[in-house]
Amino acid sequence: MDDDKKSSLSCSCASGYDTTSFIDLTHNKLVSELRTVTGKLTLNDRFDHFLARWGMNRMGHIVKPGLYKMGRPNADSPVLVSANYTLSFDAVRSALAGTDCYILVLDTKGVNVWCAAGKGTFGTEELVHRIAWSGLSSIVSHRNLILPQLGAPGISAHEVQRRSGFRVEYGPVRASDLPEYIKTRKATPEMRRVQFSFKDRLVLTPVELVHVALPTLVAAIILYLLTGPLAALAAITAVLAGTVFFPALLPIIPTHDLSTKGLILGVIFAIPFAISFAANPIMPLWTDLLKSLVPLLIMPALTAYLALNFTGCTTFTSRTGVKKEIYRYVPVMVLMAGSGILILVLLGAIWLMEVI
Amino acid sequence: MFDSYLENTLLYYPQKCINCLRCTQVCPHGVFAEGKEHAELMQPAACMECGACVRNCPVQAIEVQSGVGCAWAMISAALRGKGMDSGECGCGGEQMSCCGGGAKESFSNREEMSTPED
Ligand code: SF4
Ligand code: SF4
Repeated sequence: MDDDKKSSLSCSCASGYDTTSFIDLTHNKLVSELRTVTGKLTLNDRFDHFLARWGMNRMGHIVKPGLYKMGRPNADSPVLVSANYTLSFDAVRSALAGTDCYILVLDTKGVNVWCAAGKGTFGTEELVHRIAWSGLSSIVSHRNLILPQLGAPGISAHEVQRRSGFRVEYGPVRASDLPEYIKTRKATPEMRRVQFSFKDRLVLTPVELVHVALPTLVAAIILYLLTGPLAALAAITAVLAGTVFFPALLPIIPTHDLSTKGLILGVIFAIPFAISFAANPIMPLWTDLLKSLVPLLIMPALTAYLALNFTGCTTFTSRTGVKKEIYRYVPVMVLMAGSGILILVLLGAIWLMEVI
Repeated sequence: MFDSYLENTLLYYPQKCINCLRCTQVCPHGVFAEGKEHAELMQPAACMECGACVRNCPVQAIEVQSGVGCAWAMISAALRGKGMDSGECGCGGEQMSCCGGGAKESFSNREEMSTPED
């Protein structure tokens, strides 16, 4: 397969083809490839995860699609299905360290299971194709596949069974629950619920930060040159509030909508700047008041916008809800930021006139 | 008043249900629960319109307009003059990813999580 050939950045733990044991298992039926993998994560793997978390080489965190074996599986061993994104695949194999099993890796173009299911690449078509291509039916005697629960938006279990003869079982949401699931073949309601812990939210912050780093830096430099270090610091603070503090504090900020949460957080972070801008004894009171309005208008708008964009990272926002948020709050954000910028321009003009 | 997530497009037709319980297995928010004769719709407001139940219900007893709840994708689609719903999640894209950082990791090693349902 072309795509397979292209994906040269395969998992560092995959030690390549294993045709001999494979031929034994398949009664001399030659099938494409069976790779061997262990449950141990190497330093290289961890470095790859680190880069993935920082959004670096975004499309490079891939493993080759196909069938992998872990330990010493036989024809009765379970078959798990995963995505060819290193974070997904490595979560499965490290959770299953010490278990004899097969892992069927779908070609999701280096995207994690849930997102790939939403896009359709972790989908019925791809699964049916991989089952046939890997010769799975001649490797295992049973006809069961354990899929990640979050792959369900892309997979139609009854359709897969109809087309391939394999029965789809949805395993737990979290890889850490896999050993327990494999033992009992039952997922508790707790295992079925997706959650969004402090740690989950925190690991997302680097990639959010990286996305906005360059424009923030440019804005900070311009503001520094125009008005001084405090304005530059205000810009950086608003961005940090939206990309780091917002995800970290998400459940404890009041209100439900992400935009209003962002507005609240933005105001809190803007207050110290508003106070410092207003505390200028030389300037007349009304210019001080106008100056203090600038951070109170621009910073919350910026933080709220970044907060709104976090909807794509959360585990609970619906498209209907996000659309409502956009219609409700984007005009407010634009109005706030626009008035803030207008006041800034006005203050600049006054200052220029005084200089002249 | 300021909760945009109270309503969604989820529709359930219990009379069609054959009680296979697939929806209870695939829903990540416990929207469906096991009932006596058919699955019960427990907390419709928690639905995130992922579409997992619809795709896995063998008798089309569920309907939802599934899609990606990603503001960035929707806003950028709107700015490009396209319909908001045509916006694809940026996952896998080169410049921006709404969940490319692995937020929506399945079979991940996340521990002790709690959904913010404040
Ligand atoms: S669309 Fe997703 S979140 Fe909504 S009820 Fe179905 S499975 Fe649950
Ligand atoms: S998946 Fe469909 S048929 Fe099965 S229990 Fe749910 S609603 Fe009923």
